[in-house]
This record gives sequence, structure tokens and C-alpha cells, in this order.
Amino acid sequence: MSSVDETFSQTLQIVTARIVPGADGIANLRRLSAGATLQTWSFDAVAGGAFLHPLILRRSPGGLRSSESLSLETEAELIRALATSGVPVPTVVHTLMPEDGLGDGFLMTRIEGETIPRKILRDPQFAEIRPRLTAQFGAILGAFSRIDTARLPPLPFKSADVILARLSNRYESLGVARPVFEVAFRWLRQNAPAELRQYRLVHGDFRNGNMIFGSEGVRAVLDWEVAHIGDPAEDLAWICAPPWRFGELDRPVGGLGSRQELFEAYEAASGERVDTARAHYWEVLGSMRWGVGCASMLEWFTSGRDQTVERAMIARRVSENELDLMRILTGSD
Amino acid sequence: MLDQPHGADILAAVARLLRDTLMPRLPPDAVFQARVAANALDLVAREIRFGETVEHEAHQRLQVLLNRDGSLQELENELSLRIRSGELDLQSPELAAHLWATTLAKMKIDQPNYASYRRELEARAGQQQTQAKE
Repeated sequence: MSSVDETFSQTLQIVTARIVPGADGIANLRRLSAGATLQTWSFDAVAGGAFLHPLILRRSPGGLRSSESLSLETEAELIRALATSGVPVPTVVHTLMPEDGLGDGFLMTRIEGETIPRKILRDPQFAEIRPRLTAQFGAILGAFSRIDTARLPPLPFKSADVILARLSNRYESLGVARPVFEVAFRWLRQNAPAELRQYRLVHGDFRNGNMIFGSEGVRAVLDWEVAHIGDPAEDLAWICAPPWRFGELDRPVGGLGSRQELFEAYEAASGERVDTARAHYWEVLGSMRWGVGCASMLEWFTSGRDQTVERAMIARRVSENELDLMRILTGSD
Repeated sequence: MLDQPHGADILAAVARLLRDTLMPRLPPDAVFQARVAANALDLVAREIRFGETVEHEAHQRLQVLLNRDGSLQELENELSLRIRSGELDLQSPELAAHLWATTLAKMKIDQPNYASYRRELEARAGQQQTQAKE
């Protein structure tokens, strides 16, 4: 361990001892994700060397995060507010304060389970739950519609036109002409959905990779950093996006099930009808969001921000997105 | 003038070295990186093999579609503008054919194993067979 890590580990130990009753230390500290501006750490609170409580730290060590993301403080507040909503979420144990000396972030109870989508799709141990997951996704999203948004921390409002304008600006700023994107943008501008009477909580990145699964199904929905108030069709469509089907083309819902199953479960849980044309619109918009994201990776690579092979290869996934857009715009998906 | 083996064949040999010889000896976190690197080498080899033809064909299609001359980049910009203004859309069979051909050609280099790419190729092969029988 470097001296920076040593200091971090000691500080985390002090904070843990203060907030977890009975704890006098930590063990098994390991980093789960290594973003420059957002880190996720897993560790255990221990007492006299014995395991006491499993924990996750999500923190930003400082520095600017994407303007699209909620502050970690707001994210923690949102997860706390969802604790009794029927949406499965982790339990937030502590929101970091300046005197903790760990930057911005929060601690939550670690939930054991699987988070790797490919394993959920392929491993025999999940064979039994796979047929039920699509309905669970629908029921979870249905529970969103029963949440009184006035009781949530302040979240940004992002309707379809807000998101479309942002994506379109981002695409323009990249300066690379992409005829397939132009076709999709024009379609999106011409088919904009009507305003809703009631906007709802939207997770914003609702897909298999942001959930923890156990033998009984979804244990928790994670990564609320791009949550906002918006159109419930956004989440219903995002989980149908091709990048998380992993080859299971004919099971659009995360490679697991059909749109119809998802929508029926949503309707049963929310008591509200799904407007399928609206969901389709959001699938095109979501695909565009993924595509503009991939296209932006070129800038990361050429500017020197991230010159890894992995980044270069993600930039070359724009063509995959153009194919997905062509398919959805010509009715073959 | 250049001697053989060609660059693409050498890259294929490096990808084999990574996959067959080095990856089994690497720790798990490095295996992922090595796999990404091997995939990247495969992509570059395909770009060397098909890149020039693919861009040449796209350029020719664009000259016909837009009825003007110019570099590939200029014509792509022009096409984008005409789509944005509504002059061309997917209802135009010529535009649809060009965008399909271009998109599939890019995928042939970038990700030939992607499921929807395979599906599109199969659908096209099926159509050709049906037409041949008729």
C-alpha cells in the first residue's frame, strides 16, 4: 500500500469506529471501481478482529464530476428516501462530513450478490430466476410511480426535449459529421412526445449492470447518480437498449425477456398504462444517448485524458450504435 | 516492394501470441486487458485488409447519391447537412441503401461478431437466396 492509501485506510478506520456501534477497526478493504472522480470501496467493520458489518464506501476524493451527476450527498439522501418506497435499495449508514476527512460520499451496508450481467444471463445458478426478472424490473419501475416526488431531495428535471437538446449540443461539439446520427436526430425532433401531466422519479441508468442479484432475484438497484425527475418511459426503454442484451437479440429487456412482459408488470404495479409509442421514442433517444457517449470517447483518447486501448475500443463501438439505430429506425428491432 | 508477411498477418500472429501463450500466464486482472488488446489487434488487421476498399466504395456511392465531387469527408459533411435539412431521409431508397452499406461495412471491420450484424447479414443472404430461386 502506498502512503496515500495508508492514510485513507486509517481515516476510514476512525470514521467506521465512530459510526458503527461496537466497531474498532476495518478489514478486507478493496477498491471495486477506480474512476478518477468516483471510487467505490468494499470493506468490513470489525470488533476485536471479528467480522461485524459489511460496508461499501462511495466517495469522490475531490475534483470535478460530470455536471450530469448528482452530488454524492444528494444521491445518499435519495437512497435514504427510497428506503420505504418498495424499491429495493441499499441502506445508507452515513453521509460523509468535512470533518471525516474522506472527501464527499457516503457509506452503505454491502449487499452480497452478483452484479455481472453476463453471469446473470448465462450461469446455471441463475437459471431459475431468469424467467422472472423481466417482471421484477417492471414491478420495480412501477413502484417508482407511487413515489411522491415532493418527498425526494431536489432532483434535476429532464424531459425528452431537455435530453435531446443536450445530446444534440454534445454531438455538435464533437465536430464529426455522422449521417446516421443526423437521421436519428431528425426523427427524434419530429416525433417528440407530448408533455406529461405528471413527471416521476427516473433512475436514469436502469439496467442489469446496476443491480445486485441473488437467488431470489433483484436485491438492490444501485448507482442513482443520474437520477432525475422525468418521463417513466425513459427507464422502461433504457433497459431495452441493445448494449445490455449481450447477444440475446430477441430478448430486448436486458437479454432476459420481452417488452410486453416488462410493460404488463409495470402496469400491474403502477396502475398506469404504458404508451408503447412513447417507450419506442425513448428507445431511440436512449440509443442516441449511448451513441453520443461512445462518440465522445474519441475526444478522451485524442486529448490524452485516457489513452488506454480499452478507451480506443469503446470509441470504435460507435458503429455498433449506428447499426442499432438503423435497425430501430427501420423497424427491425 | 514491401516484403511478406503483410502487416495484417503479423498482427494476427501477435494476437495469437497474446491469447494462446501470454494470457494463460497472466493474473486475472491482466487477462482482461490482454483480451482487449488482442481484440484491438484483430480490429486493426481488419482495417488494413478492408479499410481502403470500404472507404473507396463509400466515396463512390456518395458521389452518385449527392451528384457532386469532393473528398470523402466533404461528401459526408454534405450528406449530413442534407439529412438535417430534410432534403434526404430514410424514405429515400438511395439514402437507406447507402447508410446500410456504410454501417455494415464499418461493422465488418469494428465488430464482425456483434449479434445484430450477424442477423443483418443472414437476412440479406436469405433475401438473395429467395431472389435466386425466383
